[in-house]
Amino acid sequence: MSKKADTIERDKVVIRFSGDSGDGMQLTGTLFSDTSAYIGNDLSTFPDYPSEIRAPQGTIGGVSGFQVHVGHTAIKTPGDYADILVAMNPAALKATAKWVIDGGTIIIDEDSIDEKGLRKAGYKTEDPISEDKLEKFNIIMAPISSLTKEALKDKGLDPKSVLRSKNMFALGMIYWIFDRPLSYTESFFEKKFKNKPLVVDANKTVLRAGYNYAETMEHMTPSYKVSPAEIDKGTYRNISGNIATAWGFIAAAEKAGLELFCGSYPITPATEILQELSNRKDLGVKTFQAEDEIAGICTSIGASFAGDLAVTSTSGPGLALKGEAIGLAVITELPLVVVNVQRGGPSTGLPTKPEQSDLMQALYGRNGESPVVVMAASTPSDCFQYAFEAAKIAVEHMTPVILLTDGFIANGSEPWRIPKMSEYPDIKPPIVKEETKDWQPYARDVERLARTWAIPGTKGLEHRIGGLEKDELTGAVSHDPVNHEKMISIREEKVQRVSNFIPKLKVEGNDTGDLLVVGWGGTYGHLATAVAELQKNNKKISLAHFNYIKPLPSNVKEVFDKFEKIIVCEINLGQFVDYLRMRHPEYKYLQYNKIQGLPFTSIELENHFNKLLEK
Amino acid sequence: MEEIQNILTAKDFKSDQEVRWCPGCGDHAIMNAIQRTLPELGIAKEDFAFISGIGCSSRFPYYMDTFGFHSIHGRASAIASGVKVANPKLSVWQITGDGDAMAIGGNHFIHAIRRNIDVNIILFNNEIYGLTKGQYSPTSKFGYVTKTSPYGTVEHPFHPGELVIGAQGKFFARSIDNNMKLCQEIFIQAARHHGATVVEVLQNCVIYNDKTHAAISDKEHKADRTIVLRHGEPMIFGKNNDKGLILDAEHLKLKIVELGDKYSEKDLLVHNAKEVNPGIHLMLTNMSYPEHPVAFGVIRSVETETYDNAVFKQVEDVKSKSAFKNVDNLLNSGTTWEV
Repeated sequence: MSKKADTIERDKVVIRFSGDSGDGMQLTGTLFSDTSAYIGNDLSTFPDYPSEIRAPQGTIGGVSGFQVHVGHTAIKTPGDYADILVAMNPAALKATAKWVIDGGTIIIDEDSIDEKGLRKAGYKTEDPISEDKLEKFNIIMAPISSLTKEALKDKGLDPKSVLRSKNMFALGMIYWIFDRPLSYTESFFEKKFKNKPLVVDANKTVLRAGYNYAETMEHMTPSYKVSPAEIDKGTYRNISGNIATAWGFIAAAEKAGLELFCGSYPITPATEILQELSNRKDLGVKTFQAEDEIAGICTSIGASFAGDLAVTSTSGPGLALKGEAIGLAVITELPLVVVNVQRGGPSTGLPTKPEQSDLMQALYGRNGESPVVVMAASTPSDCFQYAFEAAKIAVEHMTPVILLTDGFIANGSEPWRIPKMSEYPDIKPPIVKEETKDWQPYARDVERLARTWAIPGTKGLEHRIGGLEKDELTGAVSHDPVNHEKMISIREEKVQRVSNFIPKLKVEGNDTGDLLVVGWGGTYGHLATAVAELQKNNKKISLAHFNYIKPLPSNVKEVFDKFEKIIVCEINLGQFVDYLRMRHPEYKYLQYNKIQGLPFTSIELENHFNKLLEK
Repeated sequence: MEEIQNILTAKDFKSDQEVRWCPGCGDHAIMNAIQRTLPELGIAKEDFAFISGIGCSSRFPYYMDTFGFHSIHGRASAIASGVKVANPKLSVWQITGDGDAMAIGGNHFIHAIRRNIDVNIILFNNEIYGLTKGQYSPTSKFGYVTKTSPYGTVEHPFHPGELVIGAQGKFFARSIDNNMKLCQEIFIQAARHHGATVVEVLQNCVIYNDKTHAAISDKEHKADRTIVLRHGEPMIFGKNNDKGLILDAEHLKLKIVELGDKYSEKDLLVHNAKEVNPGIHLMLTNMSYPEHPVAFGVIRSVETETYDNAVFKQVEDVKSKSAFKNVDNLLNSGTTWEV
């Protein structure tokens, strides 16, 4: 089982922590990520947890994982396969060994390998290694539970608390293997358990015990050296997609000089946006936890009518419930951002797993001709940028905007160079400040076709809006057939004109070539990694990644014209490719789709693109 | 809300839109009562916002020269909640019907009440779906024959007041479309009350449910079949003010008594709308003809903190103690490192 270990110098390394959903794997992974970021690695993380809070202990269904990819070079994904897996029990081993690279290292809590644990995990024999043919890995059996107990025997802690700190033993081992300082994590304990010196001491003791154990066992543990990455100078922090989304809205409110209102209803995996905005009452944010999804959006529409920057957060099933109200925001031409953190569907589907299958719903999932701006963020940190942009477009163009993220980028995190708000443009809401002669509620500016925003409380601007068709100028109810057709066209044209105000589609790589890879939203990291690998091998491949879907950027044709083949890659059955076929039928599109509740792997993409290039 | 001199009149609140309710519809009278009430409130015209859902009564905002929002079916409570929380300075009114508030919008209705958001909800109750041309509603009487209940309904109606009190409502009043004076009196009290108020106005639909309230509203009988409650006054009714209500303590029920030898005015219950315990209020709202007179007036009016004010205060309080003064502070908070 044991091989002689070496120090391995690597550009990047993937580590996966896997255990029972109560084993503290998310915290363990986060602490490792924070320490790695602190010493200058670039990184990307992805938590992978079950939808049950406490699924039956020891079963595959209850396995919770956290994967982190750290590197000396730029890291764009949490990694496909792990170089090192920490498995805290047989179920974790059973569920995740297939995600370890051949020849990788698996550290197992030896104490968890007992009759009961093996049965619960679905092993039929007493030897999980042979049973699942794991000999190709470097297996390290470490008595994590018993050594944790031993380390804490004199601390006067109850047995439950003792066992709960075994994740810190595993973390200590990983710190030795990667030559990471303990100081950062130790100071975390001191802050987190400020008033519990006993807990601080216990955690430090176990962390150090794990570290020392790995050092003692150095004949079997490999050690890795991953030097700091070359990244742009600046002040950095870690940020997840959901937090970045919440902060992007707050930033937009500041730049627009408006108060931020979020009416919402908790739903996985979007809830964190509502939670974070609720925390930010300290910056004046108003949150309204509504009685249901419909009230979430309707309170936001009311707040928008009353002059706030209004947003609502949801996931797929919630977007379905909000459909009628989005139509109301369309016809009343009020600014509103709906952020949909996509998850696996249909129906309740796979609540904790990512998917890109709500694109058609975002574009068309409403009664009538009901155009809205649809855009998508592509990485955890750029959720900030796109939340900001979504709010800017909503306010300046007086339109609802649907911002799509997904469970992968929403929960994933990465280091982010903290921008200064002075780097961001002002947002200019078309608010009418006072009664002006001949003002009409539905008169528009010629460039954007946006109507003005006359906020209740403004003298002389009393007017009525509503869900019935509007007269094109006065906004009064109109059943006139010609007016209806005109209003339908105006609302569509207003959304299309947003394309004059958004960036052009960029090509990563040469702007001509054999294969153009096209993606949108949260698949960016994997697509960019695969394309970059092939470019290194002098393949004529480039990437065009979309963040603006309706309207499309104005230069799609210019970009697409210069490639032999175009392949559109999505985590769905082909919703964006069908949209492109409709908007740009002049091209032949290949497609690559995967819909397993999992992100792409860069490797599968690379292999697939390679095949296409060889044809 | 800016205090202004009483210079506005009912006319100032009429919009330029043609009123399209059927001739004889009770909605006309209710709107007149509201248009006469608003100038009494000392609130600037631009500070009123009228929000509605869908249904005949929900066309109301179009006819008012105020800020108005005719929204979607059932959602007026949610929209109005958003308006009020976004801008607590506004006087927000929700116009709704028995279908809009009790059926499709039931969830939003009860939660707006539970939260005690300072919105005045005027519930037009004609016990029928008028705009869709005559189907039964959640307040239609048991067994009522309509287009969707040709053999009579088999479901029991909601009593709006009971629902309001069940949702922890702090203000409930009842009026009727043909009593403009009483409507105005109640609307003023509702507007001045801090918190969610619900005024149920019994309203006649001349086309699909004509005379549904006739048993209690016709001139000849109304004095004997209804009682107008006023805070601090004994519960007397009848053409000759010769009847009253007492509490039958043994059966915990309201009982009608004749004033004369056995009972005098001082034996009667005195209406206390401000009583926190909703017990008597519930009995009063649930009185129905022919067993009891139907109660009109402000039945319950209890002041507590409003949601909108609590949100405003909490935000101000947290903000004043916060280390964050702007987004730059937020972005640079927590763990950061230099590269």
